Amino acid sequence: MKKIISEYFSLKESPHSLAVYRIGFGVLVMFSIARFWFNGWIESLYLEPSFHFSYLGFSWVKPLGIYTYLIFFICFFSAFFVMLGYKYRISIIILFLSFTYIELMDKTTYLNHYYLVSSLSFLMIFLPCSSYFSLDSKNRKKIPKWTIDSLKLMLLIVYLYAGLAKVNSDWLFNAQPLKIWLKTKYTIPLIGDTLLQQDFTYYLFSWGGMLYDIFIPFLLLYRRTRFFAFIMVIIFHVLTRILFPAIGMFPVIMIFSCIIFFDNDVHKKILSFIKKTLRIREFESENPEYFSSIKMQKASLLIVSIFFVLQILFPLRSTLYPGELLWTEQGYRFSWRVMLIEKAGYTSFKVVDNLTGNSELVNNNLYLTKFQEKQMSFQPDMIIEYAHYLADVYSDRGFGDISVYADSYVTLNGRPSQKFINPEIDLIKQKRGFKNKDWILPLNDEIKSLL
Amino acid sequence: MKNINLFYFLMIISMITSCNENDNSQSTTSDNYDRSALLSNLVENIIIPAHENFGSELNTFNTTISNFEAERTIQNLEFVQEQFIETYKAWQHIEMFNIGYAEEIYYVSKMNIYPANVTRIMSNISAQDVDMNNPYNYAAQGFPAADYLLFGLAESNDLILNNYINTNGNTNAFMTYLSLVVERMYINTQGVLDYWNNNKNDFISSTGNTSTSSLNMLANDFVYYFEKGLRANKIGIPAGVWSGLLPQNVEAFYKQDISKILAKEALQASDDFFNGIHFGETQVNGEGLYDYLAYLDDTNYSDSSMFTGLNDDIQDSFENSMDKLNELEDNFANQIETENIKMLETYQAIQQGVVRLKTNMLSILGISVDYYDADGD
Repeated sequence: MKKIISEYFSLKESPHSLAVYRIGFGVLVMFSIARFWFNGWIESLYLEPSFHFSYLGFSWVKPLGIYTYLIFFICFFSAFFVMLGYKYRISIIILFLSFTYIELMDKTTYLNHYYLVSSLSFLMIFLPCSSYFSLDSKNRKKIPKWTIDSLKLMLLIVYLYAGLAKVNSDWLFNAQPLKIWLKTKYTIPLIGDTLLQQDFTYYLFSWGGMLYDIFIPFLLLYRRTRFFAFIMVIIFHVLTRILFPAIGMFPVIMIFSCIIFFDNDVHKKILSFIKKTLRIREFESENPEYFSSIKMQKASLLIVSIFFVLQILFPLRSTLYPGELLWTEQGYRFSWRVMLIEKAGYTSFKVVDNLTGNSELVNNNLYLTKFQEKQMSFQPDMIIEYAHYLADVYSDRGFGDISVYADSYVTLNGRPSQKFINPEIDLIKQKRGFKNKDWILPLNDEIKSLL
Repeated sequence: MKNINLFYFLMIISMITSCNENDNSQSTTSDNYDRSALLSNLVENIIIPAHENFGSELNTFNTTISNFEAERTIQNLEFVQEQFIETYKAWQHIEMFNIGYAEEIYYVSKMNIYPANVTRIMSNISAQDVDMNNPYNYAAQGFPAADYLLFGLAESNDLILNNYINTNGNTNAFMTYLSLVVERMYINTQGVLDYWNNNKNDFISSTGNTSTSSLNMLANDFVYYFEKGLRANKIGIPAGVWSGLLPQNVEAFYKQDISKILAKEALQASDDFFNGIHFGETQVNGEGLYDYLAYLDDTNYSDSSMFTGLNDDIQDSFENSMDKLNELEDNFANQIETENIKMLETYQAIQQGVVRLKTNMLSILGISVDYYDADGD
C-alpha cells in the first residue's frame, strides 16, 4: 500500500494541462471582476450599505471606502499576471488574498462559486501552474501528476457534495424548489410555456440534477465516458444558465474547469491553438523551477493534503447541529449546497430600553439595503449579528440596558410562512458563535435528507 | 463506445417522445393560465375605472373650490369640505398604483405625504412663486395640505372662513394657495389618467416575468403599498410602533374623524384588487391575484400536501384586519390617545397580511421583492 502511494506521488505528467488551467482561470477571474465593476456592484453592494455582515473572526474585513476599487483593481491585475504566468507564485497569492478579502467583506453576497474561486486559487498557490507556457518559464519538464489530480479532486468534491445535498425529500419527492422556480419561467422561448409547465419536468430536472452532480465527476474521470460526460457538462450548465440567468459566472467556471479532466493531448492542442491565433513566438526564458527542490514539493503536498482533509470534513459539519438544516442553515455555507432552497422572510426587530421601559420597532431600511434586508430576513446568523448592531446603534441614541427581540416569519420551498425566531428571546443575551442556535423555532415539517 | 452512444441516443429519443406525448394528451399540464386576462381585468375593470372615478371626484372638488372662490360663504365652504372627503376616499383606490407616469412625477408623494408641513405651507402662502415640484414642497401640497387649509386654520368654520375673506393685510393669499394645491392635484392626475389610457394595451400585453413586466410591477407596488401606505402610514406610525405615539400623524389629522373611513376604504381597495373585484361593482368578481394563486395551487401542489390555500389565508388576513379596523374610533388621533392598544392590535392583524403577501405570495409567484441587481445561486 505504502509503495503504491509513494509510486503515485512520484508519477510525472506533462505540464500542458496546468498551463491551460492557469490561463483560463486568470481570464475568468479578470472577466468576473470586470463584470462586477461594470455592473456597478462595487458601489451598490459594498459602498452604499452603512453596515456590513461579517463572518465570525473576520469582522476586521470591511470595504475600504473608495479604496475598495483598489482591491478589485489589484485582484484584476493579479489575475492578469496569473494568466501570463508572470511571477506566478506571488501573483496567485495576491489573487487569492484579494479575491478572498472581497468575499469576506460582506456575508450578504455569499455565493458558492465565489467560495470555489477562493478555494481554487488557494490550491493553485501550491501547484506548478507556471512551469510551462508562461512568462516565468517555457520549460517542458514534466510535473508531478498529483498536482493535476488535485484540481480534479477539488471538482469531484464540489460535484459530489452538491449531489449528495440534493438527496432530500423536498428536492426528490416534492421537486422543490425547482417547481416554484421553473413554473414562473414561462417566458423562456420554446420550453417556457410547454416543457417547463409539465409536472414531470420538475421531477426529471430534480432527479437528473441530483444524478448528474453525483456521477459526473466519475464519468469525467473514466476515459471511455469522458467525452460523453463533457457534453453533459456543457448541456447541464448551459441549461442552468438559460433557466437561471442570475446564476452569473458559475456555469462558465464549471464548464471550463472540467476541461482539466481531459488527457494531455487535448491541452497540447489548446495551447498550440492559442499560440497560433495570438501568434506567440517561442522564446527562451529562465526557469525559476518552484518545484525543483524536493523540500518545496513535500511542503506543498503536505499543505494540499491538509487542505483536502478540511474540504472533505467542512461540509459535514452541518450534521453536528440538531434541527432542519435547510431551515436553520447551520453549516449551510461553504458546503456546496447549491440552489436547494427558495426562502423568503419578513423579520422586524423591537428594541427595548429596560431602564425606562421604552421600546421601538426598527425601520430596517435605515440601516440595511433592500438586498441585505432580504438576505438577513431568513438567515439566523445574520439576524443575530444585526440585532447586536442595533443594540449598539440604540445605545448611542441613549437607550440603556437594551434588549432586542425579533418578529420573524419565513417561508421555505413553498410552505406557508411560519414563525422563525423565538420572539421571547432577547437576542442581545445570545452570543454570536458556532454553538447551536436554540432560539430558532423548529420547522413544522420534516425534511428527510442524507446529509 | 458503441454502447454509450446508443444509451445517449435512446435518452434523447425518450426525452423528446415523452414531451410530445404530454403536450398532446394532457392540456392541463401546460401553462394555460391566461395572464393577459388577469392583467386586463386588473387594468380595465379596476385601475382605469378607479382612476376615472378619482378624476371625476377631483373635478367636482375643483368646481366646489371655484364656487367658493367666487362666493365665499359658509355654505360654499361646507360644500368644499364635503367634497374633500369624497375625493379623499376615491384616492384610497389608486394610491397603490405607483406605476409609469405616476412614479415618474412622484405622484403619490405630491398627493398624500402626511403629516402636512404647516411651516412650509405658511411660508408658501406668503411667497410669490412656489415650485410645487420641489421635494421640500411634497408635504405642503395634495390632500394633507388641503386638509389643513380647509379644517386646520381655526377652530370653527366661521373662523376658517375669515382666512379666506379677511381683507386685512394679505388679502387673497389663502385662497390662491388652496386653488394652487387643488390645481396641481388636478393637473398631475390628468397626466396619470392619460398615461393609463395611452398605455393600457402595452401594459396588458406585457405578460413576462421580469422586473419591468406588468404583473411584477403591480404585485410589488401592491405589497409595498399594503406594507407602507396602509399598515405603516395609516396605523403603525401614528400608533407609535416605531417610536413614540404620534397622533398628529394620522391621515386627515385636521378633519380628524375620517381617519377610520379612509383606512377602511384603503383596506377594501386592497382586498378588491387582490380578488380582482371590479371597481364600483362589488358583486362582479373577475380574475385577481387570488385566482392566480389558486391556479398555482392546483397545478403546483395538487400532488403534495405542502400547499394549504395561501389565497384563502391572505383573504382571512384582510377580513381579520377589517374586523379590527371596525372596532376603532372614527378618529384615530383620539383612539391613540385613549386606547392605543386597539390600534396596535389592528397593526398586528394587517401585519399578518403583509407577511403572507411579502414572503409567500411573492415567493410562489416567482417575483422578487423589488428589484435589485446581483447574482444568486
